[in-house]
Parts: sequence; structure tokens; C-alpha cells
Amino acid sequence: MTNATASAPVSHRILQALGGVAKARETGILVALVLVVIAATAKNPNFLFSTDGFRDLLLTPSILLLVAVGQAIVIITRNVDLSVGSTLGLTAYLTGRLFIDIPGIPIVLVFLIGLLFGGFLGLINGALIAFAKVPALVITLGTLYIYRGINVWWTGSDRINASDMPKDFLALGTKTLLYIPVLTIIAVVVLIAAGWYLRNQRAGRELYAIGSDPAAAHLYGLKVTQRVLVAFVVCGALAGLAGVLYSARYGTVNSQAGSGFELEAVGAAVIGGVAIFGGSGTVWGAAIGAYLLFTINRALPILGVPDFWQRAVVGVLIIGAIVLDRLLALRQTRKLTEARDND
Amino acid sequence: MTETTTATVKIARSYRDYSAPLWRRVLLTRESAVIAALLIVILVASLSVDHFASPITMTYLLLDITPILLIALPMTFVIITGEIDLSVASTVGLSSVVLGTLHQGGMPIELAAVAALVVGALGGAINGFLITVVGLPSLAVTIGTLALYRGLAVGLLGTTAVTDFTEFWKDLAKSKIGDTGVPSVMILFLVLAVLFAVLLHFTRFGRGVYAIGLSPEAALFSGVRVQRTKFILFVLTGTVSALAGIYYTLRFGSARGDNATGLELSVIAAVLLGGVSIFGGRGSLHGVIAGVLLIGTLGSALRLASVTSDVINIITGLLLVASVVSTSVLAWLGKRRARQGNTARNAPAAPQ
Repeated sequence: MTNATASAPVSHRILQALGGVAKARETGILVALVLVVIAATAKNPNFLFSTDGFRDLLLTPSILLLVAVGQAIVIITRNVDLSVGSTLGLTAYLTGRLFIDIPGIPIVLVFLIGLLFGGFLGLINGALIAFAKVPALVITLGTLYIYRGINVWWTGSDRINASDMPKDFLALGTKTLLYIPVLTIIAVVVLIAAGWYLRNQRAGRELYAIGSDPAAAHLYGLKVTQRVLVAFVVCGALAGLAGVLYSARYGTVNSQAGSGFELEAVGAAVIGGVAIFGGSGTVWGAAIGAYLLFTINRALPILGVPDFWQRAVVGVLIIGAIVLDRLLALRQTRKLTEARDND
Repeated sequence: MTETTTATVKIARSYRDYSAPLWRRVLLTRESAVIAALLIVILVASLSVDHFASPITMTYLLLDITPILLIALPMTFVIITGEIDLSVASTVGLSSVVLGTLHQGGMPIELAAVAALVVGALGGAINGFLITVVGLPSLAVTIGTLALYRGLAVGLLGTTAVTDFTEFWKDLAKSKIGDTGVPSVMILFLVLAVLFAVLLHFTRFGRGVYAIGLSPEAALFSGVRVQRTKFILFVLTGTVSALAGIYYTLRFGSARGDNATGLELSVIAAVLLGGVSIFGGRGSLHGVIAGVLLIGTLGSALRLASVTSDVINIITGLLLVASVVSTSVLAWLGKRRARQGNTARNAPAAPQ
């Protein structure tokens, strides 16, 4: 890289090296995840090598994965959505109510309604933020309270039980296809679609441009308002989908379903290398972050750490991840400066 | 009480502020709007809700919102500099657990309280170090320490609770000043409120806080020690949160790892409702105190009118959203009027 001749292959090699660094960020989290799984499996082989263990390993984090992917999309545009936990809870209860109030409603329709309803809640967030030009943190903090309040108001002390929902729907929560849980397949399909769209589509790239510098993006002629609005709708819709899957997975839904999910989702995205001030990171990283968070939760008791310490470990992970990002960014700046000065 | 004394303090924000007469500058502000809303809520509730006007209502209202009132003071500073601290509620839990475990281990309560304060200051210093020295965004750092401090608190005590505090301290936390029905802890709050108000509105340090929020670079070039100021603010926030944790523990007579979970959102909601801009550089303490009281009073009145807590949550959220959206709408209207004013000024007879 310190080569003085700036011929095409050299710049190509620099690009490749940069791509390598970016890849290394997600690889690092993946390695950590694999290490946790190996350590837990060495202690107790059932963690990976029993059918239940393997299924849980894939199944438990897939709901957070969906929410984290949506959150990552919003964070990339230099916004944040704190209302996802409340959106998830409200949609989960709606799912149960649909099965109770409309007997025999097709499951596909329930999924569709969940997606649309979540998207609608996201649209409220997005419209307030994009049109009134107010910070996402404040608006979604407000809608966190509002959506949760509506949920508690509607639910009261009532709750949805497994017996209220059709067996086929509940089976989705545990069913596997070729040893892989259906929920995980749904989550991974969404992940691949989002990852592909953000990497290869014009609108996806524009989200990164908006996050890097909203003012520049606006001057460049990008439809900032529209893109941010869509990002929030997608985030809400994914939280809604997660809500439907939540009720399928757990069978019981009370008014507190999904509370605290917003911080887990932001945490997963940050651990996965999505910069909190937008413009960089991938949904792949956020997805691996989500898996790491939940897998650590399950692995700690096996490794002999009382599960009371889980949250402390999660905190250390988040801080470690952002410190690492900072160091990588500093190193990259230095390298780029060197490359420029040597030219 | 404090809001009336500090309400007359006017802050020079820009030259345009001086274009209006004094009464307009004092009365037509975000802070006055919040105070007016508070007074209206108190008036309407006293007239229409049974038992609201009785002293016991006020006593419990103040006892309940004291932790939020306390933490809102330093949080105002932090948000005015354009940063945020989400870890405050976890610090409350951690200091509660430190107090409990040390007291259980035989340490006198005064010493254990000092230790809890030190732990709070240390927690704040860790936040401050990561934000100012390492240069990380405060939102991400304090989401991390939110999990970390809560994790330490829950890890240290598990699901058990320490409850064997001496009656003297427990009674002190709930005691009232004479027959007035005002909790004694309000004295502590008033002392802190005056200290923080002087610090923010009447010292060079306080002016620096606003300068940082408006433009960190400009502040740096005009001689404000940006990083040091921010570091001090995070240490202050940690310490006051620990103080709130000690109060919380004694008031409920129980030290638990999950004490005050979710309190950070109430604090931030109250601070923003009180007129502090999330972008930094704007806001004042009397507005924030009125904001905390507004949320607390509204909740208390609605509870007495047997409205359930979920509706109170909805109203808190709506207030928060309405308060920021109204700021943007007002700013937009103001800009439009200024533009019209500009064109009018060129005309011979300029209206006021």
C-alpha cells in the first residue's frame, strides 16, 4: 500500500484491503459467536448436538433478528426507532385477537395484517420525523409510551393463551424443515432480501448516503424525506412480523410482550458494527449481533456463570464493539492519509 | 416554587429576542407554556377530582417523583451539551444494591451511602471517559453501560432483596417538614436545584454548556474546555443518580437489583417536555422542573380519578410528541413571519 506508483492494480488492491477490513468487522462477531457455541458445547454437548439444543440455538434469536434488521435499516439513515418493542407487543396481541374474534381466519391473512399494522405504526413514526423534522429519538420515545399504553389499555389484565390460537399457527413456532426451524427460515429470507437490497439497489445505497451526510444527500437531490419514511415503515413492518411470530413461538401474549426489545435491537445492531450515527454497517452484522446476544444468554448458565450476570456481559459486549469500531476507523483514517500523502 | 423565582431570569439567546418587549420575552416561551399547563392541570384537578387538593396527595406525589426530579437536574446539562445519558436508571439500581449489600455486610448506613455515591461517580466517570477521551457517541456508550450497570446490580444481589434498614433512615426518607405535608427530601432537592440553577444560568461553566450545545467547535475556539466540561457533567449525573438510588432504597425500604428499571425514559421525557432541545444548546432548569411536575401531577390526578396507568402512559407519550412537534411548527411559523417581516420592513410604514 505504501507503493508510490498509483497504478490501477494498486488502487484495486487498496479497495480490496478496505473491503477486507469491512468484512473483518462482521467476521469478528461471527468468530465470537462460534467461540461461544464451541465453549458451551464443550461443557455440555447437548447445547449443539441434541435436536432440541440445535433447534433452540436457531429458533430463539430469530424474532430479535427481524427486529434488529429493521432497526439497522433505520440506524443506517442516522435515525433510531425506540418504539419497536411496543410495536411488537401490540401486533402480537392483535394476532391473538384476530384468531379469537374471527374464527377460522387464514394464517396467511394474519401474517399480512401483522405486517401492514406494524408498517402503519412505523408510518406514524416516519411521518412525524420526516415531515415535522424532529429527532427520531424523541418521537419514537413518545410512541414507545403511546403504543405500549394502547396495548395495556386494550389488553388490560387479559392475555392470549395458546388455546386461543389454532394448532397450525402454533406449530409454526416449533416446526422444522430439514432440521431448520420455520421461524428461522422466515427470518433468514427477510435478512437476505434486506441485505441484497441495501447492497445492490439504488434506493438501498441512498440510505447509506443519507446516513453519512443528510444535508449533502439533500443537496445531491436524493429524496431524503421519502427514503427515511420508507425506512421507518419497513422497520415497523418487520417489528409487526416479529410480533406475529412472537405469538406463534410463545403461545401466550400479555400486555408486556416485547418490552425492552428496543434496547436489545439497538444493542444487536451496534454489536454487529452498525454505526449509531448512520452511514455504515450491514444488516448481516446486526443479524449476527442478534444471534450473539441471545446465544450468550443461553450459554452463560452452561459455562457456570449465574444468569444474573447476563446483562453485564451484554453491556461489556456493546462497549467492546463500539471501542473496536472506533479503533478500526482510526486505523483506516491513518492508512488513507498515508496513502494520500504517498501519492 | 423554584419556577417562579427563576422564571424572571431571561436568557439572551439571540438579538432577535430583544426585538420584543420584556413581558413578551418572559411569557411567550416554551418554559412558560409548560408552567401554564402545569397550573391549569393543578387548577382543573383541584376543582374536579375528589381528594386531589388534600395535602396527602401532594406528599405522595412529591415522594414519588423525587428520583426523577433529582436526576433531571444534571440530565438537563447533559442534553443541553447535545449528549445523552441512558444509564441513569441502571446507576440508581447499582447504587441501591451497593448500599444494600454493604449495609448487610455490617457497614453503617452513612458509610455505605458514601460508598454508593462513589460508585455512582465512578460509573459516570466511565461514561465520561468513553465519550470524551475515547471519543465514542454517548447514545451508544450509555446503551452499553445501561446494560452493564444493571447487569452488575442484578448480578450482585440476584433476585434477593435487602430490607433490614434502620427505621430511622427509612422514616427520614418519608418524613415531612412539620405539618406542611411537604416531604423533607424536598429540602435536599431545593438545595440541589438552586446549586444547579446557579451553575447553569449564572456561571462561566454554565455558559460553556450552552456554547458546547450550539457548536462544539466554536465553543472550543472560544476557550471552553469542551471535553473536560462534558466529563464533569457525566460524573455529576452518575453521582446524582446514585443519590436518587439511596433515596429510592430508603423510601421503599428495599435494595433490589431491578429498582427503578425504565426510569431513564421518564427522566428524558420530562426534560424534553420541559423545553430542552435534544439537539443541544437550548433549555432551562425551571422549564425542566415544571416538566417533571407536570407529568407527575397529571399522573397523580388521573390515578385519583381512577384512570388506569396505561392511559397515563399514552398521555405522557402524546405530550412528549406534541411538545417537540409544536416546537418545529412554531419555528416554522416564526420563520415565515420573519420572512414577511423582512419584506414589510422595506416598506415605509413597518408594522411593529
